Amino acid sequence: MGAIYIMWLRELKRYFRSKAQIVVSLGQPTLYLLALGFGFGPVFAKAGAGNYIQFMAPGVVGMTVLFSSIFSGMAMLWDRQFGFLKETLVAPVPRLHIILGRTLGGATVASLQGLLMLIVCLIAGFRPVHSHAVGTAAQHNWLALPVAGIFIAMIAIVFAALGSSVGSTIKDMQGFQVLMNFLVMPIFFLSGALYPLKGHSGVFSWITRVDPLTYGIDGLRGVLIGNWQFSYGAQFNFMLDLGLLAALAAIFLGTSAWLFSRIEV
Amino acid sequence: MIRVENLTRTFGEFTAVKDITFEVETGEIFAFLGPNGAGKTTTIKMLTTLLRPTTGRIHLDGFDPWVKQREARQRFGIVFQDPSLDGEQTAYENMELHGVLYHVPHKVRLERIELLLRQFELWERRNDMVKTFSGGMKRRLEIARGFLHTPKILFLDEPTLGLDPQSRNQLWTHVKALNEKEKTTVFLTTHYMDEADRVAHRIAIMDHGAIVAMGTSAELKAKTNTESLEAAFLALTGTSLRDEGANSADAMRRFAQMWQQKR
Repeated sequence: MGAIYIMWLRELKRYFRSKAQIVVSLGQPTLYLLALGFGFGPVFAKAGAGNYIQFMAPGVVGMTVLFSSIFSGMAMLWDRQFGFLKETLVAPVPRLHIILGRTLGGATVASLQGLLMLIVCLIAGFRPVHSHAVGTAAQHNWLALPVAGIFIAMIAIVFAALGSSVGSTIKDMQGFQVLMNFLVMPIFFLSGALYPLKGHSGVFSWITRVDPLTYGIDGLRGVLIGNWQFSYGAQFNFMLDLGLLAALAAIFLGTSAWLFSRIEV
Repeated sequence: MIRVENLTRTFGEFTAVKDITFEVETGEIFAFLGPNGAGKTTTIKMLTTLLRPTTGRIHLDGFDPWVKQREARQRFGIVFQDPSLDGEQTAYENMELHGVLYHVPHKVRLERIELLLRQFELWERRNDMVKTFSGGMKRRLEIARGFLHTPKILFLDEPTLGLDPQSRNQLWTHVKALNEKEKTTVFLTTHYMDEADRVAHRIAIMDHGAIVAMGTSAELKAKTNTESLEAAFLALTGTSLRDEGANSADAMRRFAQMWQQKR
């Protein structure tokens, strides 16, 4: 247990020490929220879909968590380059503990970033509300915030574990670039963070459904503004999203542990 | 303390380590010398559970590191050829992290961290980020860290590479002192003959993956009828340059190239 804790603590220390990084990494999602939110706002409203900032906020929170968590896992690349990885590889503790500590640390940091982004959204005018028809007055739902925290944590664990799996595999900067373009960006753009997935059909619809982030964003949006993607009823969607994320978290954690245990230097 | 029998490691068609056998006694300082690509680092990697041997047996304090991995790992400390510190943490935190990973009890940990950091003259800088340290300070910290969990064996893979004579001198003084005080067995590789001559009780000379000679410095000199260890070394390994296949990673890269061409 000591190993899990000390590796977890290391991630948190690094996070709190790079205060500039905390602010910088909120910059991009904030830009998305403001530029796209206000830019597309009128079109979105004209299409009868309501307030775009309200719609976007859960999406950019999910985006913040995605990037932060997946990069925390890939940061193993730096530890490999700077040599620290070896120190943990020869330690007399199960490698499972090392990778769990790292991954949970990355997930904790990503969750904190997600909560910070949620605050930024609240400052920008976002309000958590109960489900309501477009055009009708919405009731504020502040209780949604802690529930949203569950989804934030789940997204963080899923992608921190995916990042750790990837981090155990890639060995250089080129690999990192490839994954950035062909894994992280598609996960983000196909998740419905920026646009509604309702009304799509065929191949596109299926692709969005294999994207794990889709369920994270759906959960966040469902909880925060009562807007559920899949038309099965809110209660059922809640369990579906959470269950799928939990299953994926378990799968990715298992994969990362296996890949990490196989590293030779 | 260390017993190696018929150890071999191949990368594809390339044999990095060829059927080597040797023993290191408890409390002994044992040096591995050899030109680039002789297989020194590959041997250390196999001894320290980082690379699986192709064939052969290893015993560290009675444990086969591939069967009782954790027991074996608990028993040795290692200073790698290239740095393995966390630059984003302080010297103290690096020590602390190591202590936790090696199950050093809290109280012992605090005492030993202070003792070792003072001994290696790093105590004043304990709360500074390691990334701000000089090369020599980083090396000292790594060696201090290697001793933290009172290992029975300390592996040092070219620990003085790139250090100035002052740092090298100081480093060996500390290592020798701890070897005597804590009876730690030290297994080291180096390119500097004078160092091996000065600190090692016994020396093995490795070339092309095999051990070509083994004994005390005096024995090696007598065997080759030479005055210095350097001359003995050259007599045993020849004077041709070796820059091919510097390490196992290069060997693997070559293997990968061969494999790709075959397809």
